[in-house]
Amino acid sequence: MASRKPLGLFRGDIFRRAVRDAFFKLNPRHQIRNPVMFVVLLGAILTTALLGQSLAGHGEAPPWFIFWISVWLWFTVLFANFAEAMAEGRGKAQAATLRRARRDTPAHKLSAPQRNAAATEVSAATLRKGDIILCQAGDAIPADGEVVGGVASVDESAITGESAPVIREAGGDRSSVTGGTRVLSDWLIIRVGANPGEAFLDRMIAMVEGAKRQKTPNEIALNILLAGFTIVCLLATATLLPYSIYSAAAVNAALAAAGKAMVARAVPITTLVALLVCLIPTTIGGLLSAIGIAGMDRMIQANVIATSGRAVEAAGDVDVLLLDKTGTITLGNRQAVAFHPAPGVSERDLADAAQLSSLADETPEGRSIVVLAKKKYAMRQRDIDDLGARFVPFTAQTRMSGVDLPGRPIRKGADSAVEKYVCALGGSFPPVVRSKADEISRQGSTPLLVAQGATVLGTIELKDIVKGGIRERFAELRAMGIKTVMVTGDNPLTAAAIAAEAGVDDFLAQATPETKLKLIRDYQQHGQLVAMTGDGTNDAPALAQADVAVAMNTGTQAAKEAGNMVDLDSNPTKLIEVVETGKQLLMTRGALTTFSIANDVSKYFAIIPVLFASTYPALTRLNIMDLNPQTAVLSAVIFNALIIIALIPVALRGVRYRPRPAHELLWNNIIIYGLGGLIAPFIGIKLIDLLLNTIRF
Amino acid sequence: MTGEAWLQIGLLMLVVLLLAKPVGAFLARVYEFQPLFGLDKLFGPLERGIYRLCGIRMDDEQNWKQYAAACLVFNFLGFLAVYAIQRLQGSLPLNPAGMKALPPSLAFNTAASFITNTNWQNYAGESTMSYGTQMAALTVQNFLSAATGMAVLVALLRGLARKTTSGIGNFWVDVTRSVLYVLLPICVIFSLILVSQGVPQTLERYVHVKLVQPFEPAAATGAAARPGAVTSQTIAIGPVASQEAIKELGTNGGGFFNANSAHPFENPTGLSNFLEETAILLIPLAFCYTFGRMVGDTRQGWAIMAAMVILLLAFMIPCVITEQAGNPLLAKYANQRQTTLQPGGNMEGKEARFGPINSAIFVSTATGTSTGAVNSMLDSFTPLGGLFPLWLIQLSEVAPGGIGSGLYGMLMFVLVTVFIAGLMIGRTPEYLGKKIEAFEMKMASIAILVPPSLALLGAAVACVIAPGVAGIANPGAHGFTEILYAMTSQANNNGSAFAGLNGDTPFYNIVGGLIMLIARYWTIIPPLAIAGSLARKKIVPAGSGTLSTHTPLFVFVLLGIIVVVVALTFFPALALGPLAEQLQTFAGHF
Repeated sequence: MASRKPLGLFRGDIFRRAVRDAFFKLNPRHQIRNPVMFVVLLGAILTTALLGQSLAGHGEAPPWFIFWISVWLWFTVLFANFAEAMAEGRGKAQAATLRRARRDTPAHKLSAPQRNAAATEVSAATLRKGDIILCQAGDAIPADGEVVGGVASVDESAITGESAPVIREAGGDRSSVTGGTRVLSDWLIIRVGANPGEAFLDRMIAMVEGAKRQKTPNEIALNILLAGFTIVCLLATATLLPYSIYSAAAVNAALAAAGKAMVARAVPITTLVALLVCLIPTTIGGLLSAIGIAGMDRMIQANVIATSGRAVEAAGDVDVLLLDKTGTITLGNRQAVAFHPAPGVSERDLADAAQLSSLADETPEGRSIVVLAKKKYAMRQRDIDDLGARFVPFTAQTRMSGVDLPGRPIRKGADSAVEKYVCALGGSFPPVVRSKADEISRQGSTPLLVAQGATVLGTIELKDIVKGGIRERFAELRAMGIKTVMVTGDNPLTAAAIAAEAGVDDFLAQATPETKLKLIRDYQQHGQLVAMTGDGTNDAPALAQADVAVAMNTGTQAAKEAGNMVDLDSNPTKLIEVVETGKQLLMTRGALTTFSIANDVSKYFAIIPVLFASTYPALTRLNIMDLNPQTAVLSAVIFNALIIIALIPVALRGVRYRPRPAHELLWNNIIIYGLGGLIAPFIGIKLIDLLLNTIRF
Repeated sequence: MTGEAWLQIGLLMLVVLLLAKPVGAFLARVYEFQPLFGLDKLFGPLERGIYRLCGIRMDDEQNWKQYAAACLVFNFLGFLAVYAIQRLQGSLPLNPAGMKALPPSLAFNTAASFITNTNWQNYAGESTMSYGTQMAALTVQNFLSAATGMAVLVALLRGLARKTTSGIGNFWVDVTRSVLYVLLPICVIFSLILVSQGVPQTLERYVHVKLVQPFEPAAATGAAARPGAVTSQTIAIGPVASQEAIKELGTNGGGFFNANSAHPFENPTGLSNFLEETAILLIPLAFCYTFGRMVGDTRQGWAIMAAMVILLLAFMIPCVITEQAGNPLLAKYANQRQTTLQPGGNMEGKEARFGPINSAIFVSTATGTSTGAVNSMLDSFTPLGGLFPLWLIQLSEVAPGGIGSGLYGMLMFVLVTVFIAGLMIGRTPEYLGKKIEAFEMKMASIAILVPPSLALLGAAVACVIAPGVAGIANPGAHGFTEILYAMTSQANNNGSAFAGLNGDTPFYNIVGGLIMLIARYWTIIPPLAIAGSLARKKIVPAGSGTLSTHTPLFVFVLLGIIVVVVALTFFPALALGPLAEQLQTFAGHF
């Protein structure tokens, strides 16, 4: 696994670029997408205009005051832009690496899917879906596609970061190739699977750059809420102008009646704008898009490419994880460890039949049977063609494989499949074999039955080894409220034994693509969200049905098309990280929203006492922070702007996530971001105010 | 706070909370069509007769749009009826005092006020309305507007409880059952109890009596005003008890008399005062239990009830303390301490039989529940004492709010809280297994946004234009409070008046009427839309990864959101009104 190197949070070139982009993003057409920051932008423009008026001598407040308020309002907008640009910049840096792989390479277009067909040299950009191309050693593969002929080793490091070459061949689960990778040896005939611009690499670049980023459903809902809150704040501050006009007039009338100077004045608009910007949720508003982009970014650093932000978000909601037993829960592959012959059959005969049936079986289990037979009885490997045998491949329907020797059909497969096969041929299934098979199953091993025609020869015992640490991982998931379901082709007894050993919540035994699909639908019927991984073409229906479907990069094109994420490392355990990243994304949004709203309390206390000071001097009693009336408003505005910068690391990295039950997570976040958000600004504003007064502002 | 105050508040809460469960359970039976202890046998024929007459089929489920349309049509017809009756009052029967027709703007305001369960009164009942109008227009709407609120709530609860369906019940059936099985029976009993306390229930004409001691007004108003002594008085009576009962139970608040529950014929004794407070709080709080029952988890209902009660007490207790503390400026002239001979505290504008404690408890109860009733003059409360009832209304009437409307309003806040808290645990927010998405957020935002916006905008207009400022009796901060209170009260469909503001002008009648209508229906449509959207969704089973919405922690977060999102929005405005007045007037006196 070559995980992408995490980028430093503030890398020099990204930083410089982000500073520049922060200014470009002042474009109102960009800002209007974010209602909260758009209001700040309008406020900044308004105060700048008021500054002009003030400099011309008709100001509602001293020019220095309006100047500094508008400067910090502009900073608030720029800081928010900067946060977004930083998040995008990190994506762009990764996209640049990817883009180097996408060169306009010449392609050899074939007229027919044969090696010797007439070839014409065309530009890769002109290739269309369905075209047939030839790639030879040293060629860059010009487009995504499916291998229809040949076998070759391919360097996919540009996409996966993994330097070891992989084998790509026609048929089976290793037939898909990605544009931008390179053929190292031999040749491939490829049917192009995507038009220019739609290729995997293009999608990946678009995704990491955030260029095609659409708001996710949850982000839209949050935006609506924030917009609503902004409107309330807007009304609450805008109406203060008429209120204060009325109040000032009433107080002045009373003062005049008492023969005193009429000192009461309506609130300056600059101060109202400052109050508004402090009250609206600028912290979350400014960081919202950065959080979304950074979530995608974290996925990419885990070497997972999501087809949409929606998929990443859904990952956080997953209730059920369907995990393939092999490779995820158990270590690699099962190994044959013993032969258990049926009554009246010698162990050697069983081993012989087992080896014959496995000669052409390229699965790791098949190979381990050949090896065991060789080890135990020194049986040499025989060439299947010399024996005049015909290999019968495994299919999901028969759930058996085997070999047809002349007059000697040998089959091996799961007990139920073999029983069906034997009975169909008029044979019988010895009870001793059945009890042996059950015993093997109960121990968590897999019985593989061998039959020759209608006669059951015996059982091969295949052993599974559960991965270390996986049990703890599942316990964490359970604490998070996520149910784990092990999916296996094993019989129920084996499955139960391994499920118990691994600590999964449930299992699906003797799984076929149909039962898998049905299981997913059942969970979804109950309102649960299901995540799964898959690689084979027969996984495609289930992948398409699952809410979060991670396809292995080594998998087939069909699987990749059906999934909504691709794991470049092809590591099935990655699903757990995907779920955590999704949760972290939502939590970061929630935490910063809470922080933003909790911040408001202190700002009322900073600004209200000085807001109406000329009308009702008695209100200064509310100045519980003892701020200097000259600088109180400015201090609050500065705090409001700086907190955006201070929280950029949180937005980009995400809040810390530990698998905990919901109520503990809520407690922790309420304490940190709710209570913290309540108290922090009291301290922050006071400190800024002290600082402003120390430097004799 | 004195021991008596604690005792009064404690007793009120105890009685209401003890009654909440049985009443709530009964309400759930009403809306789930379960047997009603014989009551359904009694009223069943009548109920079925009404449906047959109106062509309603009981099992005819409506989707949210049909439900909302039925609600609006029903209320619009009610509006037309109330308006027409007022305008034609002079030629209608049951008018022994010979009341004349009301002017159009006042009739509009009153019609809007009574169909929206606001019961803002820009008229004085005993000198404006005939018995016929009080009974056929106002009391009828007291029932129907309350039933409308109940029906909307029940539709929302069904939306939460049901899954993958579009039907949320039948508005006509819900309204009919609310009236027949809930409001009518309780009101009959409560009217009789009120009569036992001395509240009149009669169609006899007003009584003219000779004064025992003739009254000499010349000294007070100048010799030219009215020569000679006043020897007789007209005492207004009427069918008071029947209107009084639904006024409290339906959280309406529109008094038969101008003085509302301060009038000895509306609220004659300490016991009637206590019972009226109980009646006001009863159904809004009982609905929390109904909610728990209908969604199959009573803990959810108790959690919301806890939030409502905490909010109410958080404002009621300081109100009682401030009023009981009295006026610091009078401290050197009079003893304001409570003794066996006097209630003490700030007695200005309060009835001697209630004193500051029971006045403060009553107004807090009424303002917390969108009931427009008062038993003392808020205008005469200390500035801080008047701030708490005002702020209770500004919470958007959720502590515990009006009948039906309080809980559906509160549920809007719950959805927002669920959304924010749900994000913090890393899941798409869910409430009772229903995913809360953009549509729900949009609707909840509208429902939460509308009342404060109307209050703020209404007050902003009123305090800068001439017809608005003209109504103010006391200039300065107090006058501002009067405007803010009037607009807040109407924008939250509360209806209680701070007094001191002359509201019977075309400006206040029309603006106020429009505000009441917008506020009511734009807080009814969003919950119905949410009901429709939620009913269609699946229910996700709860697990350890889902947010628990019945825990103290959740209640705490909910209260935090309500305080920061709504209550604090009014903080600057309150600073210019009651806060400035308090700090200014009593500077150096705390």
